[in-house]
Amino acid sequence: MATPDIETSATAASTRAGTGTTFTRFVGLATIVGMIALGVFGLLLSPADVQQSDSVRILYIHVGTVWIAYVAFAVTALSSAAYLWKRTTSLTWDRLAGASAEIGVLFMALTLLAGSLWGRLSWGKFWVWDARVTSTAFMFVTYVGYLAVRGLGGSHQQRARRSAVVALLAVLEIPLVHFSVKLWRGLHQDSSVADRTHVNLHGLMLFSLFISLVAFTLLYVWLLMHRQRVLAMQDAIDNTGLDYALQQRRDEGDL
Amino acid sequence: MFRVARLIAAKDLRVELRSRVVTNQVLPFAAIVMVMFAFALNSDAVVSRVAPGLVWLATLFSLLILVQRSFAIENADGATDALRAAGVDPSGIFLGKAMALAVQLAVLELVLLVSAVVLYSTELRVGGIVLLLVTFVAATVGLALVGTLYGGLAGGVRGRETLLPLLLLPVVAPVLIGATRATESALGTGGATVADGWPWVGLLAVFVALFSVGGTLAFGPLIEE
Repeated sequence: MATPDIETSATAASTRAGTGTTFTRFVGLATIVGMIALGVFGLLLSPADVQQSDSVRILYIHVGTVWIAYVAFAVTALSSAAYLWKRTTSLTWDRLAGASAEIGVLFMALTLLAGSLWGRLSWGKFWVWDARVTSTAFMFVTYVGYLAVRGLGGSHQQRARRSAVVALLAVLEIPLVHFSVKLWRGLHQDSSVADRTHVNLHGLMLFSLFISLVAFTLLYVWLLMHRQRVLAMQDAIDNTGLDYALQQRRDEGDL
Repeated sequence: MFRVARLIAAKDLRVELRSRVVTNQVLPFAAIVMVMFAFALNSDAVVSRVAPGLVWLATLFSLLILVQRSFAIENADGATDALRAAGVDPSGIFLGKAMALAVQLAVLELVLLVSAVVLYSTELRVGGIVLLLVTFVAATVGLALVGTLYGGLAGGVRGRETLLPLLLLPVVAPVLIGATRATESALGTGGATVADGWPWVGLLAVFVALFSVGGTLAFGPLIEE
Protein backbone atom coordinates (compact mmCIF):
# COMPACT_ATOMS: atom_id res chain seq x y z
CA MET A 1 0.00 0.00 0.00
CA ALA A 2 1.36 3.39 -0.98
CA THR A 3 0.08 5.32 2.03
CA PRO A 4 1.24 3.57 5.19
CA ASP A 5 1.59 6.87 7.05
CA ILE A 6 -2.10 7.76 7.14
CA GLU A 7 -3.59 4.54 8.42
CA THR A 8 -4.36 6.19 11.73
CA SER A 9 -8.10 5.61 11.66
CA ALA A 10 -7.83 2.04 10.49
CA THR A 11 -9.21 -0.61 12.79
CA ALA A 12 -7.17 -3.54 13.98
CA ALA A 13 -8.46 -5.67 11.13
CA SER A 14 -6.84 -3.57 8.43
CA THR A 15 -3.36 -4.01 9.82
CA ARG A 16 -3.55 -7.74 9.15
CA ALA A 17 -2.68 -9.04 5.74
CA GLY A 18 -5.73 -11.32 5.53
CA THR A 19 -8.82 -12.28 7.45
CA GLY A 20 -7.52 -15.65 8.64
CA THR A 21 -6.35 -16.48 12.14
CA THR A 22 -5.37 -19.74 13.79
CA PHE A 23 -8.94 -20.10 14.99
CA THR A 24 -10.54 -19.56 11.58
CA ARG A 25 -8.10 -22.05 10.04
CA PHE A 26 -9.08 -24.58 12.67
CA VAL A 27 -12.79 -23.96 12.01
CA GLY A 28 -12.15 -24.10 8.25
CA LEU A 29 -10.42 -27.48 8.54
CA ALA A 30 -13.22 -28.78 10.76
CA THR A 31 -15.74 -27.58 8.14
CA ILE A 32 -13.93 -29.49 5.39
CA VAL A 33 -13.89 -32.64 7.52
CA GLY A 34 -17.58 -32.16 8.35
CA MET A 35 -18.53 -31.68 4.69
CA ILE A 36 -16.61 -34.79 3.64
CA ALA A 37 -18.34 -36.75 6.40
CA LEU A 38 -21.69 -35.36 5.24
CA GLY A 39 -20.92 -36.48 1.69
CA VAL A 40 -19.95 -39.97 2.85
CA PHE A 41 -22.94 -40.43 5.15
CA GLY A 42 -25.46 -38.59 2.98
CA LEU A 43 -24.56 -40.17 -0.33
CA LEU A 44 -23.10 -43.59 0.56
CA LEU A 45 -23.82 -44.86 4.05
CA SER A 46 -27.39 -43.73 4.70
CA PRO A 47 -30.09 -45.83 3.03
CA ALA A 48 -32.52 -44.62 0.37
CA ASP A 49 -35.98 -43.77 1.65
CA VAL A 50 -38.83 -46.26 1.22
CA GLN A 51 -41.12 -43.69 -0.38
CA GLN A 52 -38.80 -40.97 -1.65
CA SER A 53 -35.91 -43.29 -2.72
CA ASP A 54 -32.68 -41.35 -3.39
CA SER A 55 -34.30 -37.92 -3.48
CA VAL A 56 -34.32 -37.99 0.33
CA ARG A 57 -30.59 -37.23 0.15
CA ILE A 58 -31.39 -33.68 -0.96
CA LEU A 59 -32.78 -33.13 2.54
CA TYR A 60 -29.33 -33.53 4.08
CA ILE A 61 -28.46 -30.28 2.30
CA HIS A 62 -31.88 -28.68 2.61
CA VAL A 63 -32.20 -29.05 6.38
CA GLY A 64 -28.65 -27.79 6.95
CA THR A 65 -29.06 -24.70 4.77
CA VAL A 66 -32.44 -23.70 6.20
CA TRP A 67 -31.06 -24.12 9.72
CA ILE A 68 -28.19 -21.78 8.89
CA ALA A 69 -30.52 -19.26 7.27
CA TYR A 70 -32.64 -19.08 10.43
CA VAL A 71 -29.58 -18.89 12.68
CA ALA A 72 -28.10 -16.17 10.48
CA PHE A 73 -31.26 -14.04 10.53
CA ALA A 74 -31.55 -14.48 14.29
CA VAL A 75 -27.95 -13.29 14.68
CA THR A 76 -28.75 -10.30 12.44
CA ALA A 77 -31.72 -9.38 14.61
CA LEU A 78 -29.78 -9.74 17.88
CA SER A 79 -26.76 -7.80 16.59
CA SER A 80 -29.05 -5.05 15.30
CA ALA A 81 -30.71 -4.79 18.70
CA ALA A 82 -27.26 -4.69 20.30
CA TYR A 83 -26.27 -1.84 17.98
CA LEU A 84 -29.39 0.20 18.78
CA TRP A 85 -29.06 -0.33 22.52
CA LYS A 86 -27.01 2.62 23.71
CA ARG A 87 -24.83 0.74 26.16
CA THR A 88 -23.53 -1.71 23.55
CA THR A 89 -23.57 0.44 20.43
CA SER A 90 -20.61 -0.37 18.19
CA LEU A 91 -20.10 -0.67 14.45
CA THR A 92 -18.83 -4.21 15.06
CA TRP A 93 -22.43 -5.23 15.83
CA ASP A 94 -23.55 -3.58 12.62
CA ARG A 95 -20.95 -5.43 10.55
CA LEU A 96 -21.82 -8.68 12.30
CA ALA A 97 -25.49 -8.12 11.43
CA GLY A 98 -24.60 -7.36 7.81
CA ALA A 99 -22.26 -10.31 7.40
CA SER A 100 -24.79 -12.65 8.95
CA ALA A 101 -27.62 -11.38 6.75
CA GLU A 102 -25.50 -11.88 3.62
CA ILE A 103 -24.82 -15.48 4.60
CA GLY A 104 -28.48 -15.94 5.54
CA VAL A 105 -29.68 -14.72 2.14
CA LEU A 106 -27.22 -17.03 0.39
CA PHE A 107 -28.35 -20.05 2.40
CA MET A 108 -32.01 -19.14 2.06
CA ALA A 109 -31.52 -19.11 -1.72
CA LEU A 110 -29.87 -22.54 -1.52
CA THR A 111 -32.75 -23.73 0.68
CA LEU A 112 -35.35 -22.61 -1.84
CA LEU A 113 -33.34 -24.14 -4.68
CA ALA A 114 -32.78 -27.51 -3.00
CA GLY A 115 -36.35 -27.48 -1.71
CA SER A 116 -37.86 -26.90 -5.14
CA LEU A 117 -35.71 -29.66 -6.65
CA TRP A 118 -36.83 -32.01 -3.89
CA GLY A 119 -40.42 -30.86 -4.40
CA ARG A 120 -40.24 -31.62 -8.11
CA LEU A 121 -39.15 -35.17 -7.30
CA SER A 122 -41.51 -35.77 -4.38
CA TRP A 123 -44.61 -33.73 -5.18
CA GLY A 124 -44.15 -33.42 -8.96
CA LYS A 125 -44.04 -29.63 -8.61
CA PHE A 126 -41.25 -27.12 -8.08
CA TRP A 127 -43.50 -24.96 -5.96
CA VAL A 128 -46.50 -25.55 -3.72
CA TRP A 129 -48.45 -22.77 -2.01
CA ASP A 130 -47.75 -24.21 1.39
CA ALA A 131 -47.62 -21.74 4.28
CA ARG A 132 -44.07 -22.64 5.27
CA VAL A 133 -42.74 -22.53 1.72
CA THR A 134 -44.44 -19.24 0.96
CA SER A 135 -43.37 -17.45 4.11
CA THR A 136 -39.81 -18.71 3.57
CA ALA A 137 -39.83 -17.00 0.18
CA PHE A 138 -41.09 -13.81 1.82
CA MET A 139 -38.31 -14.02 4.37
CA PHE A 140 -35.79 -14.31 1.54
CA VAL A 141 -37.16 -11.23 -0.22
CA THR A 142 -37.28 -9.29 3.06
CA TYR A 143 -33.57 -9.85 3.69
CA VAL A 144 -32.69 -9.08 0.08
CA GLY A 145 -34.38 -5.75 0.84
CA TYR A 146 -32.37 -5.46 4.06
CA LEU A 147 -29.13 -5.90 2.11
CA ALA A 148 -30.31 -3.26 -0.37
CA VAL A 149 -30.89 -0.87 2.55
CA ARG A 150 -27.34 -1.56 3.74
CA GLY A 151 -26.09 -0.50 0.32
CA LEU A 152 -27.88 2.87 0.35
CA GLY A 153 -24.77 4.83 1.22
CA GLY A 154 -24.16 7.59 3.72
CA SER A 155 -21.88 7.42 6.72
CA HIS A 156 -21.21 4.14 8.51
CA GLN A 157 -23.34 5.29 11.43
CA GLN A 158 -26.23 6.17 9.12
CA ARG A 159 -25.99 2.78 7.46
CA ALA A 160 -25.85 1.04 10.82
CA ARG A 161 -28.85 2.77 12.36
CA ARG A 162 -30.99 2.57 9.23
CA SER A 163 -30.31 -1.12 8.65
CA ALA A 164 -30.67 -2.02 12.34
CA VAL A 165 -34.16 -0.50 12.38
CA VAL A 166 -35.07 -2.35 9.18
CA ALA A 167 -33.76 -5.61 10.66
CA LEU A 168 -35.95 -5.17 13.73
CA LEU A 169 -38.97 -4.31 11.57
CA ALA A 170 -38.35 -7.58 9.75
CA VAL A 171 -38.69 -9.38 13.07
CA LEU A 172 -42.09 -7.72 13.41
CA GLU A 173 -43.11 -8.53 9.85
CA ILE A 174 -42.05 -12.15 9.40
CA PRO A 175 -44.29 -13.78 12.05
CA LEU A 176 -47.22 -11.72 10.76
CA VAL A 177 -46.64 -12.83 7.16
CA HIS A 178 -46.26 -16.44 8.28
CA PHE A 179 -49.43 -16.27 10.35
CA SER A 180 -51.49 -14.68 7.56
CA VAL A 181 -50.24 -17.09 4.89
CA LYS A 182 -51.07 -19.95 7.25
CA LEU A 183 -54.59 -18.60 7.70
CA TRP A 184 -54.88 -18.12 3.95
CA ARG A 185 -53.84 -21.72 3.23
CA GLY A 186 -55.76 -23.09 6.17
CA LEU A 187 -59.07 -22.02 4.70
CA HIS A 188 -58.32 -23.14 1.18
CA GLN A 189 -56.58 -26.47 1.51
CA ASP A 190 -57.56 -29.33 3.76
CA SER A 191 -54.16 -30.79 4.46
CA SER A 192 -50.68 -29.55 3.82
CA VAL A 193 -48.48 -31.66 1.56
CA ALA A 194 -45.42 -30.57 3.47
CA ASP A 195 -46.55 -32.34 6.62
CA ARG A 196 -43.83 -34.93 6.98
CA THR A 197 -43.95 -35.32 10.74
CA HIS A 198 -45.30 -38.87 10.51
CA VAL A 199 -42.16 -40.07 8.78
CA ASN A 200 -40.18 -42.49 10.89
CA LEU A 201 -36.49 -41.81 10.44
CA HIS A 202 -33.92 -44.55 10.05
CA GLY A 203 -31.06 -44.20 12.55
CA LEU A 204 -28.40 -43.52 9.92
CA MET A 205 -30.64 -40.93 8.26
CA LEU A 206 -31.01 -39.11 11.55
CA PHE A 207 -27.25 -39.27 12.05
CA SER A 208 -26.65 -37.87 8.55
CA LEU A 209 -29.00 -35.00 9.32
CA PHE A 210 -27.08 -34.40 12.53
CA ILE A 211 -23.79 -34.26 10.61
CA SER A 212 -25.43 -31.87 8.16
CA LEU A 213 -26.37 -29.48 10.97
CA VAL A 214 -22.89 -29.62 12.49
CA ALA A 215 -21.06 -29.21 9.17
CA PHE A 216 -23.23 -26.30 8.05
CA THR A 217 -22.93 -24.60 11.43
CA LEU A 218 -19.13 -24.79 11.17
CA LEU A 219 -19.34 -23.39 7.65
CA TYR A 220 -21.50 -20.53 8.92
CA VAL A 221 -19.10 -19.64 11.72
CA TRP A 222 -16.17 -19.71 9.31
CA LEU A 223 -17.93 -17.56 6.71
CA LEU A 224 -19.20 -15.14 9.35
CA MET A 225 -15.77 -14.49 10.85
CA HIS A 226 -14.16 -13.89 7.47
CA ARG A 227 -17.00 -11.80 6.10
CA GLN A 228 -17.22 -9.66 9.22
CA ARG A 229 -13.50 -8.93 8.96
CA VAL A 230 -13.77 -8.10 5.26
CA LEU A 231 -16.54 -5.61 6.08
CA ALA A 232 -14.37 -4.10 8.81
CA MET A 233 -11.57 -3.72 6.27
CA GLN A 234 -13.93 -2.06 3.80
CA ASP A 235 -15.00 0.44 6.44
CA ALA A 236 -11.36 1.06 7.28
CA ILE A 237 -10.60 1.68 3.61
CA ASP A 238 -13.49 4.16 3.47
CA ASN A 239 -12.01 6.01 6.44
CA THR A 240 -8.39 6.00 5.26
CA GLY A 241 -9.55 6.82 1.74
CA LEU A 242 -11.08 10.03 3.07
CA ASP A 243 -8.00 10.81 5.15
CA TYR A 244 -5.85 10.17 2.09
CA ALA A 245 -7.88 12.54 -0.06
CA LEU A 246 -7.72 15.23 2.64
CA GLN A 247 -3.98 14.78 2.95
CA GLN A 248 -3.58 15.14 -0.81
CA ARG A 249 -5.56 18.38 -0.85
CA ARG A 250 -3.43 19.69 2.03
CA ASP A 251 -0.25 18.77 0.17
CA GLU A 252 -1.51 20.63 -2.87
CA GLY A 253 -2.01 23.67 -0.69
CA ASP A 254 1.56 23.48 0.60
CA LEU A 255 3.03 23.60 -2.87
CA MET B 1 -47.51 14.83 19.12
CA PHE B 2 -51.12 14.74 17.95
CA ARG B 3 -51.21 18.48 17.35
CA VAL B 4 -48.11 18.15 15.16
CA ALA B 5 -49.73 15.18 13.39
CA ARG B 6 -52.86 17.21 12.64
CA LEU B 7 -50.80 20.10 11.28
CA ILE B 8 -48.67 17.83 9.09
CA ALA B 9 -51.75 16.02 7.77
CA ALA B 10 -53.49 19.31 7.01
CA LYS B 11 -50.36 20.54 5.22
CA ASP B 12 -50.13 17.41 3.05
CA LEU B 13 -53.80 17.54 2.15
CA ARG B 14 -53.56 21.25 1.35
CA VAL B 15 -50.60 20.55 -0.95
CA GLU B 16 -52.71 17.92 -2.69
CA LEU B 17 -55.78 20.16 -2.94
CA ARG B 18 -53.71 22.82 -4.65
CA SER B 19 -51.53 20.61 -6.85
CA ARG B 20 -54.13 17.93 -7.71
CA VAL B 21 -51.39 15.41 -8.51
CA VAL B 22 -53.21 12.47 -6.91
CA THR B 23 -56.57 13.47 -8.35
CA ASN B 24 -55.29 14.03 -11.86
CA GLN B 25 -52.66 11.31 -12.09
CA VAL B 26 -53.02 8.54 -9.51
CA LEU B 27 -56.79 8.07 -9.71
CA PRO B 28 -56.80 7.72 -13.52
CA PHE B 29 -53.85 5.31 -13.18
CA ALA B 30 -55.80 3.14 -10.74
CA ALA B 31 -58.83 3.14 -13.06
CA ILE B 32 -56.75 2.12 -16.06
CA VAL B 33 -55.21 -0.72 -14.04
CA MET B 34 -58.73 -2.04 -13.37
CA VAL B 35 -59.44 -1.98 -17.13
CA MET B 36 -56.12 -3.73 -17.83
CA PHE B 37 -56.99 -6.52 -15.39
CA ALA B 38 -60.15 -7.16 -17.39
CA PHE B 39 -58.12 -7.29 -20.62
CA ALA B 40 -55.65 -9.75 -19.10
CA LEU B 41 -58.23 -12.07 -17.57
CA ASN B 42 -60.62 -11.88 -20.53
CA SER B 43 -63.58 -13.58 -18.86
CA ASP B 44 -66.57 -11.99 -17.11
CA ALA B 45 -66.93 -14.92 -14.74
CA VAL B 46 -63.27 -14.90 -13.70
CA VAL B 47 -63.20 -11.13 -13.31
CA SER B 48 -66.23 -11.00 -11.05
CA ARG B 49 -64.84 -13.91 -8.98
CA VAL B 50 -61.49 -12.20 -8.40
CA ALA B 51 -62.80 -8.61 -8.23
CA PRO B 52 -62.01 -8.11 -4.48
CA GLY B 53 -58.42 -9.23 -5.04
CA LEU B 54 -58.04 -6.93 -8.02
CA VAL B 55 -59.36 -3.96 -6.07
CA TRP B 56 -56.72 -4.50 -3.39
CA LEU B 57 -53.96 -5.24 -5.86
CA ALA B 58 -54.70 -1.98 -7.67
CA THR B 59 -54.71 -0.27 -4.26
CA LEU B 60 -51.22 -1.61 -3.51
CA PHE B 61 -49.84 -0.43 -6.85
CA SER B 62 -51.34 2.99 -6.30
CA LEU B 63 -50.04 3.01 -2.72
CA LEU B 64 -46.47 2.84 -4.06
CA ILE B 65 -47.10 5.96 -6.14
CA LEU B 66 -48.92 7.78 -3.35
CA VAL B 67 -46.08 7.10 -0.90
CA GLN B 68 -43.51 8.35 -3.38
CA ARG B 69 -45.54 11.49 -3.95
CA SER B 70 -45.96 11.97 -0.20
CA PHE B 71 -42.19 11.99 0.33
CA ALA B 72 -41.35 13.82 -2.88
CA ILE B 73 -43.01 16.91 -1.42
CA GLU B 74 -40.90 16.49 1.75
CA ASN B 75 -37.62 16.15 -0.10
CA ALA B 76 -38.21 19.09 -2.41
CA ASP B 77 -36.43 22.16 -1.01
CA GLY B 78 -35.15 20.08 1.91
CA ALA B 79 -38.49 20.27 3.73
CA THR B 80 -37.67 17.25 5.93
CA ASP B 81 -34.39 18.81 7.00
CA ALA B 82 -36.22 22.01 7.88
CA LEU B 83 -38.76 20.08 9.96
CA ARG B 84 -35.98 18.25 11.79
CA ALA B 85 -34.01 21.43 12.33
CA ALA B 86 -37.14 23.00 13.81
CA GLY B 87 -37.25 20.20 16.36
CA VAL B 88 -40.58 18.77 15.22
CA ASP B 89 -41.39 15.45 16.89
CA PRO B 90 -40.70 12.64 14.35
CA SER B 91 -43.59 10.58 15.75
CA GLY B 92 -45.88 13.49 14.98
CA ILE B 93 -44.52 13.72 11.42
CA PHE B 94 -45.06 9.98 11.03
CA LEU B 95 -48.66 10.01 12.26
CA GLY B 96 -49.48 13.17 10.32
CA LYS B 97 -48.17 11.87 7.02
CA ALA B 98 -49.92 8.54 7.65
CA MET B 99 -53.21 10.36 8.30
CA ALA B 100 -52.93 12.35 5.07
CA LEU B 101 -51.99 9.19 3.17
CA ALA B 102 -54.98 7.36 4.68
CA VAL B 103 -57.37 10.06 3.48
CA GLN B 104 -55.95 9.90 -0.06
CA LEU B 105 -56.06 6.08 -0.02
CA ALA B 106 -59.68 6.11 1.14
CA VAL B 107 -60.69 8.28 -1.81
CA LEU B 108 -58.73 6.01 -4.14
CA GLU B 109 -60.33 2.84 -2.76
CA LEU B 110 -63.77 4.34 -3.15
CA VAL B 111 -63.03 5.00 -6.82
CA LEU B 112 -61.70 1.45 -7.24
CA LEU B 113 -64.75 -0.06 -5.55
CA VAL B 114 -67.10 1.94 -7.75
CA SER B 115 -65.14 0.93 -10.85
CA ALA B 116 -65.38 -2.73 -9.75
CA VAL B 117 -69.15 -2.32 -9.46
CA VAL B 118 -69.31 -0.69 -12.88
CA LEU B 119 -66.69 -2.73 -14.78
CA TYR B 120 -66.82 -6.14 -13.11
CA SER B 121 -70.55 -6.13 -12.23
CA THR B 122 -69.67 -6.57 -8.56
CA GLU B 123 -72.77 -6.32 -6.38
CA LEU B 124 -72.78 -4.83 -2.90
CA ARG B 125 -75.14 -6.44 -0.41
CA VAL B 126 -76.81 -4.75 2.53
CA GLY B 127 -75.79 -7.39 5.10
CA GLY B 128 -72.11 -6.96 4.29
CA ILE B 129 -71.93 -3.16 4.41
CA VAL B 130 -70.66 -2.98 7.99
CA LEU B 131 -67.98 -5.61 7.33
CA LEU B 132 -67.00 -3.86 4.10
CA LEU B 133 -66.68 -0.51 5.83
CA VAL B 134 -64.65 -1.86 8.76
CA THR B 135 -62.38 -3.79 6.38
CA PHE B 136 -61.72 -0.73 4.28
CA VAL B 137 -60.97 1.43 7.31
CA ALA B 138 -58.63 -1.14 8.90
CA ALA B 139 -56.79 -1.94 5.67
CA THR B 140 -56.46 1.75 4.76
CA VAL B 141 -54.97 2.65 8.13
CA GLY B 142 -52.60 -0.33 7.98
CA LEU B 143 -51.40 0.51 4.48
CA ALA B 144 -50.99 4.19 5.33
CA LEU B 145 -48.87 3.39 8.41
CA VAL B 146 -46.56 0.93 6.67
CA GLY B 147 -46.38 3.04 3.53
CA THR B 148 -45.30 6.09 5.53
CA LEU B 149 -42.75 4.09 7.51
CA TYR B 150 -40.95 2.61 4.50
CA GLY B 151 -41.54 5.74 2.44
CA GLY B 152 -39.60 7.70 5.04
CA LEU B 153 -36.76 5.22 4.77
CA ALA B 154 -36.55 5.10 0.98
CA GLY B 155 -37.55 8.72 0.44
CA GLY B 156 -34.79 10.12 2.63
CA VAL B 157 -32.15 8.91 0.21
CA ARG B 158 -32.15 10.72 -3.10
CA GLY B 159 -32.64 8.63 -6.22
CA ARG B 160 -33.50 5.45 -4.35
CA GLU B 161 -37.24 5.32 -5.05
CA THR B 162 -36.72 1.95 -6.77
CA LEU B 163 -36.11 0.41 -3.36
CA LEU B 164 -39.60 1.19 -2.06
CA PRO B 165 -41.55 -1.62 -3.82
CA LEU B 166 -38.99 -4.23 -2.75
CA LEU B 167 -39.29 -3.18 0.90
CA LEU B 168 -42.98 -2.39 0.99
CA LEU B 169 -44.69 -5.20 -0.93
CA PRO B 170 -43.53 -8.12 1.26
CA VAL B 171 -44.64 -6.22 4.36
CA VAL B 172 -48.15 -5.48 3.07
CA ALA B 173 -48.79 -9.08 1.99
CA PRO B 174 -50.87 -9.73 5.16
CA VAL B 175 -53.06 -6.74 4.28
CA LEU B 176 -53.59 -8.03 0.75
CA ILE B 177 -54.58 -11.45 2.09
CA GLY B 178 -56.75 -10.20 4.94
CA ALA B 179 -58.49 -7.37 3.09
CA THR B 180 -59.21 -9.51 0.03
CA ARG B 181 -60.75 -12.35 2.04
CA ALA B 182 -62.80 -9.96 4.17
CA THR B 183 -64.02 -8.09 1.09
CA GLU B 184 -65.00 -11.38 -0.56
CA SER B 185 -67.06 -12.18 2.52
CA ALA B 186 -68.69 -8.78 2.55
CA LEU B 187 -69.61 -9.03 -1.13
CA GLY B 188 -70.47 -12.72 -1.03
CA THR B 189 -67.92 -13.55 -3.76
CA GLY B 190 -67.61 -17.28 -4.37
CA GLY B 191 -70.34 -18.06 -1.81
CA ALA B 192 -68.44 -16.59 1.16
CA THR B 193 -70.57 -15.58 4.14
CA VAL B 194 -70.28 -12.38 6.17
CA ALA B 195 -69.32 -14.33 9.31
CA ASP B 196 -66.25 -15.71 7.49
CA GLY B 197 -64.93 -12.19 7.08
CA TRP B 198 -64.52 -11.08 10.68
CA PRO B 199 -61.41 -13.17 11.53
CA TRP B 200 -59.66 -11.45 8.62
CA VAL B 201 -60.59 -8.07 10.04
CA GLY B 202 -58.91 -9.32 13.22
CA LEU B 203 -55.74 -9.96 11.23
CA LEU B 204 -55.91 -6.42 9.83
CA ALA B 205 -56.41 -5.03 13.34
CA VAL B 206 -53.30 -6.87 14.60
CA PHE B 207 -51.38 -5.44 11.65
CA VAL B 208 -52.54 -1.90 12.44
CA ALA B 209 -51.72 -2.28 16.14
CA LEU B 210 -48.20 -3.62 15.51
CA PHE B 211 -47.22 -1.05 12.90
CA SER B 212 -48.74 1.96 14.64
CA VAL B 213 -46.50 1.26 17.65
CA GLY B 214 -43.52 -0.02 15.63
CA GLY B 215 -43.78 2.80 13.11
CA THR B 216 -44.03 5.55 15.72
CA LEU B 217 -40.89 4.22 17.40
CA ALA B 218 -38.90 3.45 14.24
CA PHE B 219 -39.68 6.51 12.13
CA GLY B 220 -37.47 8.90 14.12
CA PRO B 221 -34.23 6.91 13.79
CA LEU B 222 -35.04 6.28 10.11
CA ILE B 223 -35.34 9.92 9.03
CA GLU B 224 -32.86 11.67 11.32
CA GLU B 225 -29.49 11.52 9.66
